[in-house]
Amino acid sequence: MAGSTLEIKDLHVEIEGLEILKGVNLTIKGGEFHAVMGPNGTGKSTLASAVMGHPKYEVTKGSILLDGEDVLEMEVDERAQAGLFLAMQYPSEISGVTTSDFLRSSINSLREEGDEIPLMQFIKKMDETMDYLEIDKNMAQRYLNEGFSGGEKKRNEILQLMMLEPAMAILDEIDSGLDIDALKVVSKGINKMRNEEFGCLIITHYQRLLDYITPDHVHVMMQGRVVKSGGPELAERLEAEGYDWIKEELGIEDETIGQNA
Amino acid sequence: MTVETQLPYDKDYLMQYSERRKEPQWFRDVRLNAIETAENLAMPKLEKTRLKNWNFTNFKHDVSGEAVQKFEELPEKIRVLLGEKSTSENLIIVRNNDVAHASLSPELQDKGVVFKDIFTAMNENEDLVKKYFMQDGVSVDEHKLTARHAALLNSGVFLYVPKNVKVEEPIQIVFWQEDPEAALFNHVLLVADQHSEVTYLENYVSENKNEEAVANIVSEVFALDGANVSYGAVDNFEKGTTTYVNRRGVAQRDATIEWALGQMNDGNTISDNVTYLMGDNSYSYAKAVSVGRGDQKQDFTAKIVHYGKESEGYILQHGVMKDNATSIFNGIGKIEHGATKANAEQESRVLMLDQGSRGDANPILLIDEDDVTAGHAASVGRVDPIQLYYLMSRGISQQEAERLVIHGFLSPVVREIPIETVQAQLREVIEGKVY
Ligand SMILES: Nc1ncnc2c1ncn2[C@@H]1O[C@H](COP(=O)(O)OP(=O)(O)OP(=O)(O)O)[C@@H](O)[C@H]1O
Ligand SMILES: [Mg+2]
Repeated sequence: MAGSTLEIKDLHVEIEGLEILKGVNLTIKGGEFHAVMGPNGTGKSTLASAVMGHPKYEVTKGSILLDGEDVLEMEVDERAQAGLFLAMQYPSEISGVTTSDFLRSSINSLREEGDEIPLMQFIKKMDETMDYLEIDKNMAQRYLNEGFSGGEKKRNEILQLMMLEPAMAILDEIDSGLDIDALKVVSKGINKMRNEEFGCLIITHYQRLLDYITPDHVHVMMQGRVVKSGGPELAERLEAEGYDWIKEELGIEDETIGQNA
Repeated sequence: MTVETQLPYDKDYLMQYSERRKEPQWFRDVRLNAIETAENLAMPKLEKTRLKNWNFTNFKHDVSGEAVQKFEELPEKIRVLLGEKSTSENLIIVRNNDVAHASLSPELQDKGVVFKDIFTAMNENEDLVKKYFMQDGVSVDEHKLTARHAALLNSGVFLYVPKNVKVEEPIQIVFWQEDPEAALFNHVLLVADQHSEVTYLENYVSENKNEEAVANIVSEVFALDGANVSYGAVDNFEKGTTTYVNRRGVAQRDATIEWALGQMNDGNTISDNVTYLMGDNSYSYAKAVSVGRGDQKQDFTAKIVHYGKESEGYILQHGVMKDNATSIFNGIGKIEHGATKANAEQESRVLMLDQGSRGDANPILLIDEDDVTAGHAASVGRVDPIQLYYLMSRGISQQEAERLVIHGFLSPVVREIPIETVQAQLREVIEGKVY
């Protein structure tokens, strides 16, 4: 089998005592691209955060396995070291830490001790990747995400993705706030990652991203669950018709998480 | 133990000590008066720090130190402080209470620059020392600790830069408390005459992780008309030393005093930094960074007092508190009546890392004049768990993530520090304290 496998089984997640995810099932294999769509507030970011280990989210039931290993037992940094990556919907700003220093620390933390990336090799890779993503070279020396525009933050997340080369990535609304040109560049970056090994889950509201990155599978989330799955045609239908037909089909009146089906 | 405990040093002891140091009579009198004054004075008044259980009395007062023959003999922690300065020019090393090395380049000597220990200066440059020593800067009778300082002085340096002389290379002094119980009653007297320029850098190092000792330091900096003084300090006393350090500047017309202070002691510390902007168009920028750890308690004050018209004073202090460390950051901008068009700005920020750490920032503006500008910013906060999560989500360990956040938090001050050597030393010391 090529690459890693991420298995999410019957996942229940609470934030501050409120249950947000109510039994999510999803399996992503290496080489596959999955898209998760769904109206606002239906639990998409919660799913991504729970996989990465966000401190506010508590898993109350279910399991997350990466190649059979229990992800829920791992600290956040261990999850990254195991091969997971999350491009966040709202990346943090880290004052006083340059993008370049941060990335070098990250890369080295993913490598064995004593096998740190040589400085010249790092600089070369960083330069090439920034060129590829048409990022201004000054960004390397700017403080991480501090004062970045929305679009710059997203590009920076993809820069990190390409530099760190994880086995399995979740991209949470990587397309939001991007202009058309930026969308193309970011898509180009994500597509460059595509190979038999790399697995990816793309959370998005819009077909326009999926025009550039064709997913193998498309899932729809409502009320904290995956309520429908299909191929790329499902995303196209959602773009054309919205979510009402699914709600009708499943007898859902209010898709947000406060409700039960 | 209480702070009122008597010192085991009396007038007879001081007489003998002074004779051995071959001090002039006037200075002997300063000591004898001061020891009497000290008895009747109270400890310094600190708004929010209680000095209960701080050691101010347990120490050895008179400890000699051997001369340094070769720099290679110096321990690594001293050698790193010297950096490129292995040529040993314009450098004094004080070991315990003795000068172990002293050098001043022939060029600077020819220009009339004086850089020597204070005991020698009392005799050889008596007029200048007498004129400035604890007169217009710090007074002997401010409180018990300033009086004790004058009485027990056992170390010090005098730096004089004559009119119009511009000293290009930084002048450095290292105070190395090699004996773990040796006290340091140290006086720095810096006089920059009219339109002169100098960069001065001092390092304090001790070896007492377990033994108790005391440091009582007073620096007085006089920038006469048009003089520029850049004063850098990295305080790095070990846990056993209780420190009182008072650095004070007096800036005359068109003069500037820049402070770059690394307040990195590991023991309880009172650090006071006050600048009097006496002259019109005088200027001061006080920058300070601190890292507190363990159970240490610290009280930092940065204060600038404006007398001169169009005087400008800026305070920028950032501190990180770890473990159970507690600190108070006072920032005080005071504008006296008549100091029209003065500008007082300050920023104090404290980051707390652990549950047990405490920080407090008190920005104070005291303004007695209408036609001025002033502003302050202060913040005290805990490290943001979401920031750590973000960094860790890229594989960085929690410890490394905290390290990045700490460096990041202090960096706006560190990178603004005008003396490169101090910047480099600070990065080094911060690194050592973060783990
Ligand atoms: N700290 C919190 N306390 C209470 N409720 C929260 C908290 N954080 C998130 N929620 C709720 O959890 C639900 C799911 O949020 P989530 O961010 O997962 O939605 P989403 O599907 O990513 O939405 P969007 O498309 O708008 O990004 C929302 O109703 C949100 O208000
Ligand atoms: Mg979301």
